[in-house]
Amino acid sequence: MLQAPPPLAVPGGAHPLTGSVAELVWLLPVLPLIGFVINGLISLFTSYHPGPADPSAPHDHDAPPSPPGHGASASHAAHGHDDHQPRRSAWHVVVSIVGPLVLLLAFALGVAIFVAIPAHMQSPFIRTYFAWMPVGTDLPLHWAFQVDQLSVMMVLFVTGVSALIHLYSVGYMRDDPGYARYFAFLNLFVAFMLVLVLGANFPVMFVGWEGVGLVSYLLIGFWFNDKANSDAGKKAFIVNRIGDFGFLIAMFMIWANLGTLDFTSVAAGAASLPVGGVLLTTICLFLLLGCTGKSAQIPLYVWLPDAMAGPTPVSALIHAATMVTAGVYLVARTSFLFSLAPLACLTVAVVGAVTAFFAATIGLAQWDIKKVLAYSTVSQIGYMFIGVGVGAYVAGLFHVLTHSFFKALLFLGSGSVIFAMHAAYHHTHNEDDAQDMRNMGGLRRYLPVTFTMMWIATLAIMGIPIFAGFFSKDEILGAVIARAGDSTMADAHWLGIPGSVILYAVYVLALAGAFLTAVYMTRLMLYTFHGPNRTGEREREHLREAPLMMTGPVVVLGLLSVLGGVINLPAFLRLPAGWTGGLDRWLDPVVGQAALRLTHGVAAETPHELALVGLAVLVAVAGIATAVVRLKPAALVPKRQSAPAEGVERVLEHKYYVDEFYDRTVVTPVVDVSRNVLWKWIDAGLIDGFFVNGSAWFLRGLAGIGSWLQSGQVSAYAWAIVFGLLAVLGAFTLR
Amino acid sequence: MVPEALFFSALLFVIGVVGVLTRRNAIIIFMCVELMLNAVNLSFIALSRLYGASGQVFVIFVMAVAAAESAVGLAIIIAIFRHHETVDLKNINLLKG
Repeated sequence: MLQAPPPLAVPGGAHPLTGSVAELVWLLPVLPLIGFVINGLISLFTSYHPGPADPSAPHDHDAPPSPPGHGASASHAAHGHDDHQPRRSAWHVVVSIVGPLVLLLAFALGVAIFVAIPAHMQSPFIRTYFAWMPVGTDLPLHWAFQVDQLSVMMVLFVTGVSALIHLYSVGYMRDDPGYARYFAFLNLFVAFMLVLVLGANFPVMFVGWEGVGLVSYLLIGFWFNDKANSDAGKKAFIVNRIGDFGFLIAMFMIWANLGTLDFTSVAAGAASLPVGGVLLTTICLFLLLGCTGKSAQIPLYVWLPDAMAGPTPVSALIHAATMVTAGVYLVARTSFLFSLAPLACLTVAVVGAVTAFFAATIGLAQWDIKKVLAYSTVSQIGYMFIGVGVGAYVAGLFHVLTHSFFKALLFLGSGSVIFAMHAAYHHTHNEDDAQDMRNMGGLRRYLPVTFTMMWIATLAIMGIPIFAGFFSKDEILGAVIARAGDSTMADAHWLGIPGSVILYAVYVLALAGAFLTAVYMTRLMLYTFHGPNRTGEREREHLREAPLMMTGPVVVLGLLSVLGGVINLPAFLRLPAGWTGGLDRWLDPVVGQAALRLTHGVAAETPHELALVGLAVLVAVAGIATAVVRLKPAALVPKRQSAPAEGVERVLEHKYYVDEFYDRTVVTPVVDVSRNVLWKWIDAGLIDGFFVNGSAWFLRGLAGIGSWLQSGQVSAYAWAIVFGLLAVLGAFTLR
Repeated sequence: MVPEALFFSALLFVIGVVGVLTRRNAIIIFMCVELMLNAVNLSFIALSRLYGASGQVFVIFVMAVAAAESAVGLAIIIAIFRHHETVDLKNINLLKG
């Protein structure tokens, strides 16, 4: 991968990108990989063990001043006070430069490739680098990257958002003892994410898919001294394995039936399979299983809220903006399969709609600011699934894009809040929860920039007009109504229910989810930034806005959250032709055909579009109003004085007890079966007891007989000889 | 003449066998083994009447070898006696498994 390969022939003459900057596409993942190697080596050779002051403990109030070499004592955040200032290693500067720089370079390269792509480029630009795992002639697995409009779009936003979050992390993580390790992992993540989006066949994509899962695990458990954090990492990893099983089975089935795993060849081969047949539907459903794991959808969403145990920039980058949208990307990338299986499409949409609504209800009752955002992420990815499920691939990907802006912003903003809260608590050696909204309140006076930017992102996620989320969410909702009227999905029956009914139900769920989104986001903002401050008398004076290194990226994301909608303005705005539907036109060569196939070959028209948009906005405003009227930030008391919740709220706060349910129905039985059957019975009993010790006992018994025969008494031998002789003679005589 | 000789030969052999099987004194067992050898010698002699002199030649060989064997055997028994102060085979079971 490190060497530029000899160019291979492109079928159908020279590709327009041949010889252009797109030849350097291999450099995209390699750049962050270089960053990973440099930062990783620095981390290895400058590592030191956490001293008596456990760095994972949020508040180490009894810790002595950090001795030289023990570095920071705070995990979540820094604190701007001299006697608390840890000594940093000289390599700190190198890491701070290398970490973000490789991302900025990758982003620049992505932009260059984007510019080089000519309008209406119909076929993808594929570069094959080397035979990776050639299995005979049947399975020639090549390491190949694919440049097309979809992958370039993903590259741009992955590298762009990553670069911003890397810059933010320079400020956020500056006092962490694992600073170099953190940046090494973050760089590695981007490298794998780029492999995921650039892979030209399923296995290469799967490498990226698994790679980001690995880094996700490493970063969730970044502060591994705390067992809860490493448990959360393991949970994410294991739950994702279930999804990966689906991905693998889908790959096997594709190869078994089509004999190839390249996206272009599969797209060509799939057209010959029966439309809506069992085979295609099964393949797509297994792919969907993979997507629900990686993208945290029902039933495999449970790992994402726990993943908030990682550093907040990680939550922003991996668990909100990029990695968790990989499932949406996969559905869009394999749209040539999904569009041939209307039932699978309906399933995707239903999974998305149920998740969008379900996660939003949980978000209503969470107190941890990051948990609210985590459920919000699950819910928003549900919307993306609705989009790509109903065949509105552009709308789904558009929401991926805008969501990555405003959700990264929300997480980084909450990071600034936690940073300030933690610093304040650290100063006064208070051990209260720095992430609990009951301990916040009135922060707008102390964090004005964060406050403004968070409100922008909040309005964007609610779908208030002119903000980015408005355009993408409305496009998805409109697409559902359009497909419910006339599409192959509407004609199909899902579990005996007509597809059109299902799609209308999806719309209603999505609309209800939008209402709840407005409620829980307003709740978050009200409790965090408005009302009286509940942090504590002494802590209050230490609440400070984050440094410029952190507010800078936040402001850039704020601008993107406002303006992000520009890239795909809807037609009803009646703007000049060049202004609307930019992303539609851009992605058309990749997903246009598949989208048309689901709508009987005619472009989907949304009836009463303006009315629907008005309804969606009305619902969002109603959500804000409900929250403002019903919630009383002034009546809230800090966490340590709060009474436990009652009734419905209690159920929601405990997330419908789904974790407990999974624990009872899956985890406990698996553990019990493993312990009692596999371990105690099969391993200890059957294998150790019967086969290993049993064979020994059998042979010992056999040897005992031999030993008993060998009595040493010569006369006994003589008797045996005589009887043997008599027996032989008798046998000969009587024969 | 020959059948009688063979009968006595068999009788002598069985006496030897029973002696070997039932006695525990090494010397007596040794003597019984000699009895068995000589029972076979008797058969050889008797059958040489029917099949020629080669049987008698065989007997000479057997007696020569038996003499050597008894020399070695008695030496071993004496060595065992010196070590164990007994020639009772019940107590001599060094090869017990």
